[in-house]
Amino acid sequence: MTSETGVEATAGAKHRATGRPMSTGRAGDRIFSGAARGSGIFVLALMAAIAVFLIWKAIPALQKNEASFLTTEEWNPNAIPPKFGIAQLAFGTVVSSFLALLIAAPVAIGIALFISFYAPRKLTGLLGYVVDLLAAVPSIVYGLWGLYFLSQHMEGVSKILNTLLGWIPFFGGSPGKNSIFTASVVLAIMILPIISSISREVFLQVPQANVEAAQALGATRWETIRMAVLPYGRSGMIGASMLGLGRAMGETIAVAMVLTFVPGINIHLLEDGGATFASNIANSFAEAGETGRGALIASGLVLFVITLVVNMAARAVVARRKEFV
Amino acid sequence: MSAVSSPAKRTPTLGSVSSARKLKDRLAQGLVYVAFLLALIPLVSVLWTVVGNGIKRLDAQFFQFSMNGVSGKDAGGGAYHAVVGTLEQVLITSVIAVPIAVLTAIYLVEYGANGRLARLISFFVDVMTGIPSIVAGLFVLAMWLLTLGIMKEGAGFAGSLALAILMIPTVVRATEEMLKLVPNDLREASYALGVPRWRTICFVVLPTALTGILTGVMLAVARVMGETAPLLLVIGFTKAINTNPLEGPQGSLPTFIWDQASDPNQNAIDRAWTAALTLILIIMLLNIAARLVARRHRPGSR
Amino acid sequence: MAKRIEVSGLHAYYGGVHAIEDISMTVEPRSVTAFIGPSGCGKSTFLRTLNRMHEVIPNARVQGKVMLDDEDLYGKDVDPVAVRRVVGMVFQRPNPFPTMSIYDNVAAGLKLNGVRRKGQLDEIVEESLKGANLWNEVKDRLSKPGAGLSGGQQQRLCIARAIAVKPQVLLMDEPCSALDPISTLAIEDLIAKLKSLYTIVIVTHNMQQAARVSDRTAFFNIAGTGQPGKLIEIDETSKIFTNPEQKATEDYITGRFG
Repeated sequence: MTSETGVEATAGAKHRATGRPMSTGRAGDRIFSGAARGSGIFVLALMAAIAVFLIWKAIPALQKNEASFLTTEEWNPNAIPPKFGIAQLAFGTVVSSFLALLIAAPVAIGIALFISFYAPRKLTGLLGYVVDLLAAVPSIVYGLWGLYFLSQHMEGVSKILNTLLGWIPFFGGSPGKNSIFTASVVLAIMILPIISSISREVFLQVPQANVEAAQALGATRWETIRMAVLPYGRSGMIGASMLGLGRAMGETIAVAMVLTFVPGINIHLLEDGGATFASNIANSFAEAGETGRGALIASGLVLFVITLVVNMAARAVVARRKEFV
Repeated sequence: MSAVSSPAKRTPTLGSVSSARKLKDRLAQGLVYVAFLLALIPLVSVLWTVVGNGIKRLDAQFFQFSMNGVSGKDAGGGAYHAVVGTLEQVLITSVIAVPIAVLTAIYLVEYGANGRLARLISFFVDVMTGIPSIVAGLFVLAMWLLTLGIMKEGAGFAGSLALAILMIPTVVRATEEMLKLVPNDLREASYALGVPRWRTICFVVLPTALTGILTGVMLAVARVMGETAPLLLVIGFTKAINTNPLEGPQGSLPTFIWDQASDPNQNAIDRAWTAALTLILIIMLLNIAARLVARRHRPGSR
Repeated sequence: MAKRIEVSGLHAYYGGVHAIEDISMTVEPRSVTAFIGPSGCGKSTFLRTLNRMHEVIPNARVQGKVMLDDEDLYGKDVDPVAVRRVVGMVFQRPNPFPTMSIYDNVAAGLKLNGVRRKGQLDEIVEESLKGANLWNEVKDRLSKPGAGLSGGQQQRLCIARAIAVKPQVLLMDEPCSALDPISTLAIEDLIAKLKSLYTIVIVTHNMQQAARVSDRTAFFNIAGTGQPGKLIEIDETSKIFTNPEQKATEDYITGRFG
């Protein structure tokens, strides 16, 4: 640290102009760097605290639970004796967010390609901003829109899917408005911006030299993208998709508003019903007693662990790309 | 010379790209355009329905009255208590989150030197951006309300604590980016004058990055302002005005929408739309203000 | 399979900036033509107009005529993608595709053109790598990433990639400027060998290199900053370096420049 040695040399000297003893800044430096470091450590501690407190408050409820927490579908923590399990919630969370990812990822990557390679250069900033606006809309507004607008229009779409693909169990049953499928569409819209903005970032880093190499070989625009852009950006796009998946899993309000709660796992995704970890917490909290809260905290802990794993894996994948080349 | 060469003598070597390749190129182009248009549909639709439905109740009464004594089926009533609650909560959130986040970013950029601790913090800040907002709410519920027994009935301040958890990582990242943009010769020039490191950071580095940090903070505020899930768990519920964030249940715009939207009466649903419009307007204003600040001045572009 | 290039009245622009002005010249087939001149004189820009790579830069445009034997590269119905297939290019910095193996790098252009049969691919890859004097060094690790090679090897890999599609013309934009002297020598040997098959145009800032490898040399210059680059003269290399027509050329060659 060159600054410190420089400062030390003048320690004890008087400032020529003011005649006051010159501050060495030693103490100030120590306090300030301590505060900065402390804040960083605080962030780490916060993560640990989240895990600790959730576990702590979940245990009493789990001990009172008369059913298997992992495999039971029913959620009845206020009953005597309390019976609750996360099977239906886990099913709803995983299915709705994967379906959302399936819808969102191709569109988001298409958007990123459009903005990076097809749209006029002058418009890239504006178009990126337009997509980011999707992220600025709060989830409660998506919920309101999903409940009173989108779901009314999803019924028709669901019926068409049901007629065409009804022989596949997922698309079977009698289609409704407030289904897991509708929730997935809302989730897909909500995770579009994050996937597309991270993909764009990755595409920006594709070396121009490789793009030109492909062009000089006589590649069309699409062939250039396939040859130089997509292989380079693959891990980045995977990471971006996983981050989107994590978002979709944790999204609460929009899903809670769109879904109609019907007990039990239902593989007919077009039918009304379904619940996710997060939507169940939002919907059941008001009526939850002490055990009920503990049970919700327990399910929140599971959600926390799942999203943590997905996010850590996603970050690891995105980070690996940085070391590449 | 070649201009006069007859077509018969011509031996084309340039040829043209095979039609299959051209077709694929066009197809890809079409799909990519469609993808972008697909993203515009929900954006336009959301804004259209929110404005169309929300404008009905966008009147003076809405911003002057609370819901005290107003039931779902009644006309009238307002979101004054919710707007006040949201503004107070977001302000407190910023007061808590910004110093921690800025100091953390300073540690990462100025002190961490890419050491093990810095990389660990950096990684977890990234991971933290992915914490579901409902989990942040559950955490505050479990620690603040249930374990420490403070504000058991819920209070605006508890909501701020939860929102701060969501705000910290975004502000850390934004500040980090801005600090990295501050040219290193600026720091060295200051060190060369014998200025201690902390004064260099406070009086040279931070001011240079200030507008950028401000932009990041405003965007982060806009983001947490619409968060509903954690508030649902920790601020309680009230129809009345409560300006004290430290005691008793407090309203907020997002929980106001949640409550009114779940009421089957059309009057309540109308109020929900108007609150949504209000929320979006505030968020958009913050966004635009942030862009304006950002355009004013950028570090590094001297 | 080499072709003559005939340029007449060519101008190139970057947006509102006039980069090169009114260039006319003939590039002879089966020979090496070197472009020399101070930096910023437009020699690289001009090179990139010869395979329509100039226009991949936003707002860049070209005016004038470039005839490849009797076809105008800037003709109305000509697809720039088809042009680049016939006029290959090697860049200043070696740029193998980082995600591809050595083999796939060489085969990249072939696959675009519909060569899919393994046997045929193998054959052309081997032939191209031999043509680029690289075969012996990489034949045992064709499936390894191209990015793992040394700088000089990477540049020869890029040359192999360019010649694999059997172009008529090979453009080289300062191909040795990022390389050490030994690698440079290897590339220069390769150029000498390739000229029996291709029309080669090389941009170089190194006058000794121009004197060593080229048959004809063109000298470009600018009147001042912000002015467009111009072709001062083009002639036999020996003539340019011993007895140029123009004073400016002589000043540049003898180092009395600017």
